[in-house]
Amino acid sequence: MTPVVVALCSVSAFLGLPLLVAAAMRWSAATRPIYGACFVVCLVILVVALTQLLSAGSTVSTLSLPLGLPWVGAHFRIDALAAFFLAVVNLGGASASLFAIGYGMHEEAPGRVLPFYAAFLAGMNLVVLADDAFTFLVSWEFMSLSSWALVMAHHHDPENRHAGYVYIVMASFGTLSLLLGFGLLAGGGGGYSFDEMRSAPTALSGLVLILAILGAGSKAGLVPLHVWLPLAHPAAPSHVSALMSGVMTKVAVYGFIRIVFDLSGAPAWWWSIVIIPLAGITCVLGVLSALMQHDLKRLLAYHTVENIGIIFIGLGLALAFSAHNMRAAAALAMTAALLHVLNHSIFKSLLFFGSGAVLTATGERDMEHLGGLIHGMPLTAFTFLAGCMAISALPPLNGFVSEWLIFQAILLSPDLPQWGLKFLVPAIGAMLALSAALAAACFVKAFGVTFLGRPRTTVAAGAQEVDRWSLAAMFIFAGLCLLIGIIPAPIIDTLAPVVNTLVAEHMPMQSTDPWLSIVPIAESRSSYNGLLVFLFITISTLAAIEIIHRFASRAVRRGPAWDCGFPDPSPATQYTAGGFAQPIRRVFSSLFDAREDVTMPAPGDTAAARLTIRLRDLTWEMLYAPVGGAIWFAADHLSHLQFLTIRKYLSLVFALLVILLFFLMLVMLVWS
Amino acid sequence: MVLILNLIAQGAQMMLVLILAPLLLGYTRKIKARLLRRQGPPVLQPYRDLLRLIRKEAVLAENASWLFRSGPYLIFAATWVAAALVPTFAVQLQFSWTADLIALTALIGSARFFLALVGMDVGTSFGGIGSSREMMFASLAEPAMIMIVFTLALLAGSTQLSVIAEFMQTHASLRVSLGLALIALVIVALAENARIPVDNPATHLELTMVHEAMVLEYSARHLAVLEFASALKLLLYLSLIACIFMPWGLALAGSGPEAYAIGLTSYLAKLAVGGFLLALFETSIAKMRVFRVPDFLGIALMLGLLGMLLLFVSRSF
Repeated sequence: MTPVVVALCSVSAFLGLPLLVAAAMRWSAATRPIYGACFVVCLVILVVALTQLLSAGSTVSTLSLPLGLPWVGAHFRIDALAAFFLAVVNLGGASASLFAIGYGMHEEAPGRVLPFYAAFLAGMNLVVLADDAFTFLVSWEFMSLSSWALVMAHHHDPENRHAGYVYIVMASFGTLSLLLGFGLLAGGGGGYSFDEMRSAPTALSGLVLILAILGAGSKAGLVPLHVWLPLAHPAAPSHVSALMSGVMTKVAVYGFIRIVFDLSGAPAWWWSIVIIPLAGITCVLGVLSALMQHDLKRLLAYHTVENIGIIFIGLGLALAFSAHNMRAAAALAMTAALLHVLNHSIFKSLLFFGSGAVLTATGERDMEHLGGLIHGMPLTAFTFLAGCMAISALPPLNGFVSEWLIFQAILLSPDLPQWGLKFLVPAIGAMLALSAALAAACFVKAFGVTFLGRPRTTVAAGAQEVDRWSLAAMFIFAGLCLLIGIIPAPIIDTLAPVVNTLVAEHMPMQSTDPWLSIVPIAESRSSYNGLLVFLFITISTLAAIEIIHRFASRAVRRGPAWDCGFPDPSPATQYTAGGFAQPIRRVFSSLFDAREDVTMPAPGDTAAARLTIRLRDLTWEMLYAPVGGAIWFAADHLSHLQFLTIRKYLSLVFALLVILLFFLMLVMLVWS
Repeated sequence: MVLILNLIAQGAQMMLVLILAPLLLGYTRKIKARLLRRQGPPVLQPYRDLLRLIRKEAVLAENASWLFRSGPYLIFAATWVAAALVPTFAVQLQFSWTADLIALTALIGSARFFLALVGMDVGTSFGGIGSSREMMFASLAEPAMIMIVFTLALLAGSTQLSVIAEFMQTHASLRVSLGLALIALVIVALAENARIPVDNPATHLELTMVHEAMVLEYSARHLAVLEFASALKLLLYLSLIACIFMPWGLALAGSGPEAYAIGLTSYLAKLAVGGFLLALFETSIAKMRVFRVPDFLGIALMLGLLGMLLLFVSRSF
């Protein structure tokens, strides 16, 4: 069996599984079988994708089925790019399923989650496998709708209903844009298979780029198309949030890469000037919005927006370099972007698992009601800490490696001939550095307020460690964060065939470098060795502990906290999530139009003082609210048309006919 | 044989920074005291303090977690590794390619990340205030540092500190960008080391503390390790400024013991000058309000960006 056949059989297993279970048993008993089966199927596809990527390299496995449009059929294909994204999707899918074997047992309405979960996995796999526009769009929409159903799983909460509404509107908009984009790519001849698009690039590829940004960018969460993401991702159950944030956004990135790098032909020089600033703004706004949140899952969702920005910076740089035929630099930027795709899918899933574990243990998502969980849940705290370090791009974990590669790519940009890019790229470098530093602040806040300090509520004080399945999933991903961080060289080499197909060049092979260093261009230029950094830190930590304990003192006494001599027993005296972010909110207040109102009672009055913080979402107010208002206004006024007599309808049809004929006449006149 | 010698040189640098760090602190304090017409503690006082502290019994808050106990060692280790990777007396030591300047910045960031976390562990208001402000400063200081790195990397064609130092020593000329980068780096160094005007290392007024507020709950060996880490960080930044902007005397790759001796002497001289200038600067300026610090760091960020833009533009002529 060829790899694509195995993959398709597995996908049909995803689809058939819930039907089988629905016939055989009640949903409440089906949780473990379904998640266990999903785990196994994901592993199968993961193995297929990895063998394809490692052994076959640039070979392609294809399959055509007589489904879909009669004159097109359904085409499926696994090339290097699809294999890489299949691996990302199913790595995330496998671990989410593993996590859910334990976590899913707490679900109140499993029938609302289980069938859609398997369908969602199938949809994401099909998008990556699709090799013609029709199959791609159907799978894309299937993925959107099944994830929408998962967002609406807890539909009794009005907030979730709102999230689902915004999500489905944005998803439809995105699919519409992609539909138009594929229409342009197919051209007048209607060549809907990707092969035909590749062989005959369209002249309107600039327009295709814009439509791809609107379509795939809205799914990925590029600012200003990100508004649905922080609403919808947290609304779903946590393992689904992990899939949506960690994996589905990557499928969107796949769509973008497929359309822009593979199907649209040679890139024009101005493409990167559109993408790079958008990505930079996405980074900074994403992380700043994340900092302002006190709902743990929403914080994580906003932070996905930032990471998508980082990925798109890499993609934008790759476009800029390959438009100017700087192949080696393009390969570096592309590798960085793809590595960040993998890294983000790992640590973001890990963090959502952690938030799910917290939710299981306490029933709370609001950080202001948590605190001190490190005592009750030490293992979850440990893995969450690893995720926080990785996402904050701290060495020696994996997030740092991909950001470091992007910085190296930025440093190659002075050789670009375009003046616009010359000014733009350094500014984007500054924005990337700013967002990396803010990410660290954001995750000090997330970890510090949730896991450290004293419990703010009784539920937080009574938190217990979660089950073994969930812990296993979290530990595997925390281990991967470290592993990719200290030996990234094999992963970078594995990416070589993928990068080769996209920018016709790949980074120099890294595995042959001494000590497993990574050297993007030349050692005299830059190198980084996560393994040695890790070893040095471990050895010096252990040496310091050993020497001090052996030759000095290891005595410990426990006492009340010092707190400058005035310890207050109330946990309310701790810093809150809002308080932690206050200095940064003040520095960047103009971006949110932040207002703080303090109401102090009169002297002698014992009433509580009040601090009201108002933040405005300027994207929503300036872009979405006016558009929504206009649509509402138009709908309101056009609704008169619903209640006309048959006579009026007929005259309207007649008038329209006349107008159309008139236009036709004008066109004919201009033509001749 | 060559490998063994190289390893010895690298090991010597690791030990050198460890030995010199408290001395630099004591020296700076002494100069500051003399400038204020005080006698001041002896130069060797920091060593005595450290020894006294590590022998004591540690008092932990009742709810201190494992992170609180292991954090100081991790912070110390990360800072030590970072400090040992900055060229002091020679460039191109055995492991100099382990981490370039960007990785070095991030390594210091790792140490800071843990410091801010342990500040929040016991759940006191002072720890929180310290962590929150430290991260606010860092969120501006770190991009400024990256901009400085970019400026240097564009000039020297490398982010490797050894290569940059060698470049500055052999074919550097006076450049506006370098001047801007130097000013920015000094501002960043002051902020990162919690020196006046950003923070006061000798403060006893809680509400003005940033760095000291985070370590308020620590005692005995944990406190000693943290103090050691901050001394190492000061040494790291002085070495960094010295090896980039005063690279004279650095032993080049493959040179013999005499070059190492010259390098060591000149390094000590540079530290003496750097420590003196720091003390002089600190005694002649007042501490700023916390919310003036973002403006101060914003200057560093803008200078770094300006320096880099100038290079981006000038390279095409």
